[in-house]
Amino acid sequence: MLLPRIIPCLDVDAGRVVKGVKFQGLRDAGDPVERAAAYAEQGADELVVLDVSATPDGRNHALEVVRGVRRVLPIPLTVGGGVRRVDDAESLLEAGADKVSVNTAAVANPKLLDELASRFGCQCTVLALDAARANGGWEVVVRSGRDRTGSDAVGWAAEAVERGAGEILLTSWDRDGTGIGYDTELLAAMRKAVPVPIIASGGASGPEHMVQALRAGADAVLAATIFHDGHTTVDLLKQQLQDLGVEVRR
Amino acid sequence: MKNEVVIVRTGSANLASVVAAFNRAGADVRLTRDRAMVDTASRLVVPGVGAFGSVCRSLERHDLGPAIADRIHAGRPTLAICLGLQILAESSEENPGVHGLGVLQERVTRFAEGLRVPQLGWNRVVAGDGARLLEDGDAYFANSYKLDRIPDGWSGATADHGGPFVAALERGPVLACQFHPELSGHWGQRLIERWLDAGEES
Repeated sequence: MLLPRIIPCLDVDAGRVVKGVKFQGLRDAGDPVERAAAYAEQGADELVVLDVSATPDGRNHALEVVRGVRRVLPIPLTVGGGVRRVDDAESLLEAGADKVSVNTAAVANPKLLDELASRFGCQCTVLALDAARANGGWEVVVRSGRDRTGSDAVGWAAEAVERGAGEILLTSWDRDGTGIGYDTELLAAMRKAVPVPIIASGGASGPEHMVQALRAGADAVLAATIFHDGHTTVDLLKQQLQDLGVEVRR
Repeated sequence: MKNEVVIVRTGSANLASVVAAFNRAGADVRLTRDRAMVDTASRLVVPGVGAFGSVCRSLERHDLGPAIADRIHAGRPTLAICLGLQILAESSEENPGVHGLGVLQERVTRFAEGLRVPQLGWNRVVAGDGARLLEDGDAYFANSYKLDRIPDGWSGATADHGGPFVAALERGPVLACQFHPELSGHWGQRLIERWLDAGEES
């Protein structure tokens, strides 16, 4: 039986870990390699690194970060941010990523998903989807939340899976940075629409939120701030999940 | 050479993870597509992600299939990972008509409808009777296809995803894992070290 994954996320800008509320007001939170090793040691089941660099120079740092993290990390590594072409994905995979996530570029050019899946396999192709509540449903937002596309998030996820996405990293734009819990209705709607694993993201501040997300249909739960700020550790969180009746990786 | 490990370039996407895991284990890693190196390597790793057909064709193009099969028949230290295990079978539902190496008289099948596919995540592995390298533990899988039974003459381990499937096979210093030992935390790292030690004894 598949065990739920607890996934710390490192937002990296020009080679340093940053984090923020609603992706704005980023603060420096340290060395990514050191943090990656610490989270792996605590029992993290996977690590996500998102390159939020706005400049080409920052992106070059990102490849260095991926190489450094890979050397120390004995668990899966998903890397995203700034992937526009198959070549970008290939560079990240060669540097040490196991999976690559695409977001804005896939919305602009959905065929990118077909290309990535046929080249590297669907198990390597992750759709990062930022969704915001709109008109009783959810719409896709892109460019780190600056643009609302008006297109239906659940429908886009289904199309992306048809095209070859093997996993959905689903961030609730409404909940991200709030600490009030994942958008479980969004997770449940998504669960009905796609057979691939779903990583819940946005809004977690404690183990109860993670249990809610897993019950709503998530296969994995991602968090950043609660780990970076030292509010909790992965091992403590896993112990709490176990106490709440969720079986976790030992 | 002691601790020398040769990794076959199968066109696999996560080669860096495999290399990193062996470096952490203190091995001296070399990558190759050269048949002579595959023949003579004291220890050989056959990784693989992607599709059954493309990996089989890549091995055929470089004439590496028979060399890998010969090593396994001869019981020489060989570690197959993920698709590396599946290509040892005769065929796969993923690409009907494509021939595997046929070391195992088995057919690779897809996980049933209604399950989470691909299986991406950690699953509980149970080692079977006679396993010397494999132990119980949690392993990281990334697969949509699987082997359904442990073939005669092999020991192994199973896991459950809508029913039991083969998590790994072993016979002497030959180890074939459906999961990714290089991504399976300390448990996977220790398995890699045991396999390296098994190569030392043989």
